[in-house]
Amino acid sequence: MENQEIERGRIADFLHRLNDNDIWWSFWHSPVAVLSAALALFMIFISVFASVIAPFNPFDLASLDLMDSSLPPVWQSGGDPRFLLGTDDQGRDILSTILYGSRISLLVGFVSVIFSLILGVGLGLISGYVGGRTDAIIMRIADVQLSFPAILIALLLDGVARTLLPKDVHSEIAIYVMIFAIAVSGWVQYARTVRSMVMTEKVKEYVQAGQVIGLGQFTIMWRHILPNVIGPVFVIGTLHLALAIIIEATLSFLGVGLPPTTPSLGTLIRIGNEYLFSGEWWITIFPGAALVAIALSVNLFGDWLRDAINPKLL
Amino acid sequence: MSQLQIENLTVEFPSRKGDFIAVQDFSIELQAGEILGVVGESGAGKSTVGNAVIGLLQKPGHMIGGTISLDGERIDDLDEEIMRAIRGKRIGMIFQDPLTSLNPIETIANQLIETIVLHLKLSKADARKKAVDLLDQVGIPDPSVRIDQYPHQFSGGMRQRVVIALALCADPEVIIADEPTTALDVSVQAQILDLMRGLCRERNVGMILITHDMGVIAEVTDRVAVMYRGKLVEIGETAQVLGSPKHDYTKSLISAVPRPDKRINRFPLVTYIEDVGERKEVDIANHWLGQTQDYADFDGPLLKLTDLSMRFITKHSIFPSKRIYLDAVKKVNFDIKSGEVFGIVGESGSGKSTIARMVTGIYKPTGGKIEFAGADLTAMTTAKEINPWRRQMQMVFQDPFSSLNGRMRVEDIIAEPIQFHKQVSTNAECYAIVHDLLDIVGLGKVAARKFPHEFSGGQRQRISIARALATRPRFLVCDEPTSALDVSIQAQVLNLLKDLQEEMGLTMMFISHDLPVIRQMCDRVAVMRNGEICEIAETEDLFNNPKHEYSQHLLSLMPKFFMDKN
Repeated sequence: MENQEIERGRIADFLHRLNDNDIWWSFWHSPVAVLSAALALFMIFISVFASVIAPFNPFDLASLDLMDSSLPPVWQSGGDPRFLLGTDDQGRDILSTILYGSRISLLVGFVSVIFSLILGVGLGLISGYVGGRTDAIIMRIADVQLSFPAILIALLLDGVARTLLPKDVHSEIAIYVMIFAIAVSGWVQYARTVRSMVMTEKVKEYVQAGQVIGLGQFTIMWRHILPNVIGPVFVIGTLHLALAIIIEATLSFLGVGLPPTTPSLGTLIRIGNEYLFSGEWWITIFPGAALVAIALSVNLFGDWLRDAINPKLL
Repeated sequence: MSQLQIENLTVEFPSRKGDFIAVQDFSIELQAGEILGVVGESGAGKSTVGNAVIGLLQKPGHMIGGTISLDGERIDDLDEEIMRAIRGKRIGMIFQDPLTSLNPIETIANQLIETIVLHLKLSKADARKKAVDLLDQVGIPDPSVRIDQYPHQFSGGMRQRVVIALALCADPEVIIADEPTTALDVSVQAQILDLMRGLCRERNVGMILITHDMGVIAEVTDRVAVMYRGKLVEIGETAQVLGSPKHDYTKSLISAVPRPDKRINRFPLVTYIEDVGERKEVDIANHWLGQTQDYADFDGPLLKLTDLSMRFITKHSIFPSKRIYLDAVKKVNFDIKSGEVFGIVGESGSGKSTIARMVTGIYKPTGGKIEFAGADLTAMTTAKEINPWRRQMQMVFQDPFSSLNGRMRVEDIIAEPIQFHKQVSTNAECYAIVHDLLDIVGLGKVAARKFPHEFSGGQRQRISIARALATRPRFLVCDEPTSALDVSIQAQVLNLLKDLQEEMGLTMMFISHDLPVIRQMCDRVAVMRNGEICEIAETEDLFNNPKHEYSQHLLSLMPKFFMDKN
């Protein structure tokens, strides 16, 4: 009996724990969580497989035909069955551009969140664990950082990149500038949360037990403290993902983000905005709806995750 | 007729993993002027009984059977509105923590007067007069001045007196007191218990006193009800239940209380309480754990502290003259001989834990020397130099709920020190040792792949002990290893520590605030107060003939539980 239990396979063991897990249980018993997760996964799926699903490649300038420009969605009079959601002023299929645009938006969101997560968690961990002068320096930098809104930092970086780099290179590196700007503006929240949690964890006896064994500071931080503070970081990460996508859309809408040749959702909304008053509403409304679907589903999921992990934190 | 009658009370807590019956078929009657103790260990359901009586069961718990009657009228089926009028007016309540049961932003006067006006419909002036009178009765000096102060201006004991005054202010018929003295120091506890007994007699008020402490039960109660896993196992006159318990659980509970009056070899009859797997006999002498030949033999004292001091900065300033310091340990000297169990006893804040943390290297002392087996640890600076010595001394911590990393499996927690010190070459060897260690502390191999949250406090403390033993230490520091545990679990853990100490020939530094525990465990004892050692003596000498004034004071505060009996 005893041996049987030990020999229980790792996979069975994992499934057993999953089944036993309160967060998993709470997920399946929250319709909002299930629906938002499903919607988010759907949006991620269609944008990852955009090149397979999309009827056209909107980035391939050669395939565009100006004769197809500004066609309404297929159910309106004058619609063309080839273009389900209509076309924009250059004859690009709106559906395809949304799929490709979501891909860029999600890519910028994910990569910038991962960057600021690593930066923020690392600095927060060091700040909280080492304390003293190191802590003071890191936290003052964070304070200064907080007094600049994300959009301002992105505009600043974009401006610097524009003056430093030749014009033709600029549109190619626009996406990296964007990711960097959003990542740099987002790390403070992670750092602060992690720092305060590390400060409560580091006085606990399991950390002292590690010191008694003789473990080094890095081992204690990495193996003992980090796993105990990482939960809320994922919550911030999820909520931050939605925010990052919106910042990207805002910047692109303002014209300092991604260029019209490789449009993200924000760029599409901006392009469409110019035609809104001439009755061509579909160019801006459909990308807008896609943006809302992504941001809302991710946000709702993050909200649920926050409640499930610890309603007291954050 | 009885004042309060509980009949067949059954309380259920539904959860996704099935319904938990917290209290089952529980019946007691409380007479006027009587103090009825309800005793049991954590999880026995004793607080749930108290909460059921005042109609404040924690959600989602609810009564699924039974009745509660006050003066012959049922009160368990009343509306929340009517129940609210009964609570505080006819049933008074005293809770455990005097820090949180008073509102910190209101004066004592406001809190008392509000309650009196609400329940007795007196004018404000009359209510104030009554409040001052009440404070006087509960022994608060200068009540007419102190009534206008805020809770933080009172000490813990004084605050609990205010809480008692608050419970009495509407002249209740019954008082429910849930662990009223658990958060207080021993000396204050005795005064509060005296006060409660006096008030109950004087006003002919019945009291249900919920506690886990046999000493409190022996001190004040007339009758006692013993609860075990939600059921009433025994009820009767206190002297009779404590003197000649009938139920096996009561017997085992009483035998687990450490005796202050004589040293016994092991606590008997403790197997009833928690199902721990039998300790498997491992032949330690021939086992890896017994092969400690890599330690050089040393004839002098294993641990020698010379003028050891620790000074914390409590208020930092860039100007050294404006810094405020706290001298937690002041020039302490003592030796611990190989193979002995050396106790340090003292009240909270006496510096005993600080010594443990300096010896094990968590804190760096601000003065003095620590010599271990002849080597001066305070002179070593690099980890490479110190680590071989660290390996020889390990520590068991106080709080079993925070001393284990909740994100690691038990086997990885215990394997970590072995792997870190590279004591064995292969993983397989390492985990084989871990599994043997789990057997040795009585948990068995089944525990290996679980996480700490799946264990009770006592079981976690066993894991903590296994981790401490994993480096093959010859010196073990135990910092209040049982103060967070129930008395029966404490007895089991102390038995285990004694077994291990004998089998492995460990030298131990055992820190506790609990004198009876010290007497059961230690060969020599140091009594500490305010960072200084008052007295170091052989345990038997200390208990029979304390020399220092403070030792005498501490000994006089010991619970009289066993002394009454003999």
